[in-house]
Amino acid sequence: MAPLPAPLRERLSPWLALLRPGDWGVFLAAALAAGGSFPLFWQGGLAERAVIRQEGAIFAQVDLHARRRIEVAGPLGTTVIAIEPGRARVVSDPGPRQYCVRQGWLSRPGEIAICAPNRVSLAIAGRTKAYDSLSY
Amino acid sequence: MTASVIELPVTAADRRIARLAAAAVGLSLVDAAIPTPLPGVKPGLANIVTLLVLHRYGWGTAAWVTGLRVVAGSILLGQFLAPGFFLSLTGAVASLLVLAGARHLPARHFGPVSWSLLAALAHIGGQLLLARAWLIPHDGVFLLAPLFAAAAVVFGTANGLIVARLLAEAPLAEKTHA
Repeated sequence: MAPLPAPLRERLSPWLALLRPGDWGVFLAAALAAGGSFPLFWQGGLAERAVIRQEGAIFAQVDLHARRRIEVAGPLGTTVIAIEPGRARVVSDPGPRQYCVRQGWLSRPGEIAICAPNRVSLAIAGRTKAYDSLSY
Repeated sequence: MTASVIELPVTAADRRIARLAAAAVGLSLVDAAIPTPLPGVKPGLANIVTLLVLHRYGWGTAAWVTGLRVVAGSILLGQFLAPGFFLSLTGAVASLLVLAGARHLPARHFGPVSWSLLAALAHIGGQLLLARAWLIPHDGVFLLAPLFAAAAVVFGTANGLIVARLLAEAPLAEKTHA
């Protein structure tokens, strides 16, 4: 723990004296649980895999660990996908509007870049399946 | 013919419960007056009374005081039988259930701060489950869980420290409640 300025320590010490050993344990456990719930509930887990589809069928599933380049052949030509630790993107695509290329890096579960003209898609998956759309 | 008179005998324990519940209602009004950035994130000051009562008079009295506080507080705030009432009732029931277990933790190691933290977490847990099951039947409500949990840790600790301090300063004086 970082040393606190003396006046602050003097004001805190009567409060800290009220904590019993088990209270510290409960506090730490609660703080860890609360902190851990942020990635758990907000990200659907960490980005782990890139799922590349061609014509709707899975072309490749790649773990986001190492640097890699993947070339996917489609009706218009070749879509190039780059994989890096924790993220992936479409580098080049023969499509006319380049939406999927301009999306840039995808790093959260549920993100997806779709190169529709060349019928290629790149999706990020985590441990749990995140929503790509909500209908209610 | 004499009009029949129904007398409800009032015991000292009843008066005590009423007095403590009044203090708790007052604190829950203060709670409601504090502006918060997110609905549902509240200090829960009335739980200070619940914990003091639990420590001094036992679980039954604490349950009475809390129940009266939820009902009377919601009437005063115009929330009675509105969704907010059921949320606070669920939170109160969940934390009372947890406190029924937590009060048996060895007192040498676990004090009011532990009770308060566990009760605060149970409170938001119960509320989230009710909200998911009834008010917002979609998993999206759980996006709020981390914020509620963080608030529970902060306010649970603060309330527990206040309880511990009140108990340390006035172990017997009744007037700390008023």
